[in-house]
Amino acid sequence: MHYMLIYLETAEEMGKRGNPAEAGTYWGGWNAYMGAMAQSGVMVSGNGLKTPEVATTLRVVDGKRHIHDGPFADTKEMLGGYVIIDVANLDDALEWAARAPCASAGSVEVRPVLPAPAEG
Amino acid sequence: MDQARRNVALTAELAARTSYGKLLALLVTRTRDIAACEDALAAALEAALLQWPREGVPANPVGWLLTVARRSIGRAAARAHTADRSADTLRLLDKERLAAETSPFGDRRLELMFVCAHPAIDPDAQPALMLQTVLGLDAARIAGSFLVSSATMSQRLVRAKRKIRDSGIGFALPDIDDVPARIDGVLSAIYAAYGAAWEDVTGADAKLVGLAEEAIWLGHLLTELMPDEAEVLGLLSLMLHCEARRPARRAPDGAFVPLHRQNIDLWSRPMIAQAERLLRRAAQLKSPGHFQIEAAIQSLHAHQRFTGERFSQPLVELYDALARYAPNIGGLVARAVAHAENGDTEAALAMLDGMHEVATYQPWWAARARVCLLAGDEKAAWSAARTAAGLTSDASVRQFLLGGGFADRTG
Repeated sequence: MHYMLIYLETAEEMGKRGNPAEAGTYWGGWNAYMGAMAQSGVMVSGNGLKTPEVATTLRVVDGKRHIHDGPFADTKEMLGGYVIIDVANLDDALEWAARAPCASAGSVEVRPVLPAPAEG
Repeated sequence: MDQARRNVALTAELAARTSYGKLLALLVTRTRDIAACEDALAAALEAALLQWPREGVPANPVGWLLTVARRSIGRAAARAHTADRSADTLRLLDKERLAAETSPFGDRRLELMFVCAHPAIDPDAQPALMLQTVLGLDAARIAGSFLVSSATMSQRLVRAKRKIRDSGIGFALPDIDDVPARIDGVLSAIYAAYGAAWEDVTGADAKLVGLAEEAIWLGHLLTELMPDEAEVLGLLSLMLHCEARRPARRAPDGAFVPLHRQNIDLWSRPMIAQAERLLRRAAQLKSPGHFQIEAAIQSLHAHQRFTGERFSQPLVELYDALARYAPNIGGLVARAVAHAENGDTEAALAMLDGMHEVATYQPWWAARARVCLLAGDEKAAWSAARTAAGLTSDASVRQFLLGGGFADRTG
């Protein structure tokens, strides 16, 4: 079964990316985690994302495009990346979620992926 | 009035909390329907909170809860069965009620534990079932520490309870000849409960912190109920040895501290002394088993630190013995490291390579890092350490591994 693990990080945690004193540990943790996931063969796809400051949000209201600088919503936890994994069940997905560095500095949302609609 | 109410609520809660397992065991003895008895006990507690503030706390709060819970089971039975049968049930319950009021009731918690750890019950459900029935912990709290969704945990528990109710598992102590085989299930379930708490060393979730104490409490209870079972003593000794080191396992900044770097002044001496006494008493019973061996291993580790001497050879012998008694993956991985620390890295690597289904087993990768390092293959060591770091859910262990902590000379 495919699950998306959505990695949500606190601002403090994400701030480590740009801090020379902490970036090594930060990326070391993520690289080890992603590496272990790839090595075990559960990873289907996935990406890390740049910080929300470089996000752009668009919505169309009454036919008019509204574009604004920044993420969709200001939240305590920010989307830092995601992977799609192929595992037997939710408990296996939770096990991988718990190993994410942001599990203890943010949270991980685990969602089943909708199966593709049958071709008619 | 508010203060009085609070006091009453406290008395009710205390009566329920301290005697939950006792009460449930007594209720279940008769009906074998754990779920129904839990409901009845909850209803009794609710009734207490309503009635006690009005009429005062009864002289024997625990007996009161038992009687009311039994009545509530009787009512449920009356609804469920024909009039005839329910009348029988009610008569029976009435008799039991009188018995409970006239005599100090017995303790059937040991039977309850044996039922929870019956070989017919899903082993994955056993530790949780025991924590829930004997200690009254709720499913959500238990689920967190076993890292499964609360839905899975509830399902597991419901299925296990249904099995107990419907499959005719006897609510009785096993025959004396079967005790050694059956007791291992009980002990393993308690140890799994302890292990679940041990994983959560960060104490990130305050609700989980108490779980280790609860498991140790079960261990104490079992030594009271079966004082002459060597393995019962062995398990408690093992848990106390581990628990004694808890305050030293993390630096003030939260960093992971390996055993050989721990500040032994932070270890609980009373706990270690008690663990050693238990292990000696177990040895006198001349009935060895894997929990005693594991306790002896922890005892040696402690003595290494106290004396500054290294006991690599005796440790290898104990791990080899453990592999004969209980060849479980955790023990086998530790055994490989013990051989490597004792100088035989070739044998250690062969042991690790010979194991199956270890691709995502974190301790195997951590062990491999250490063994490769001792074998002089630094590159392989770092690669294994990175995988081990990626597989841990403990941030401080991750940092320890990525920071090269596994390469410490003193091992």
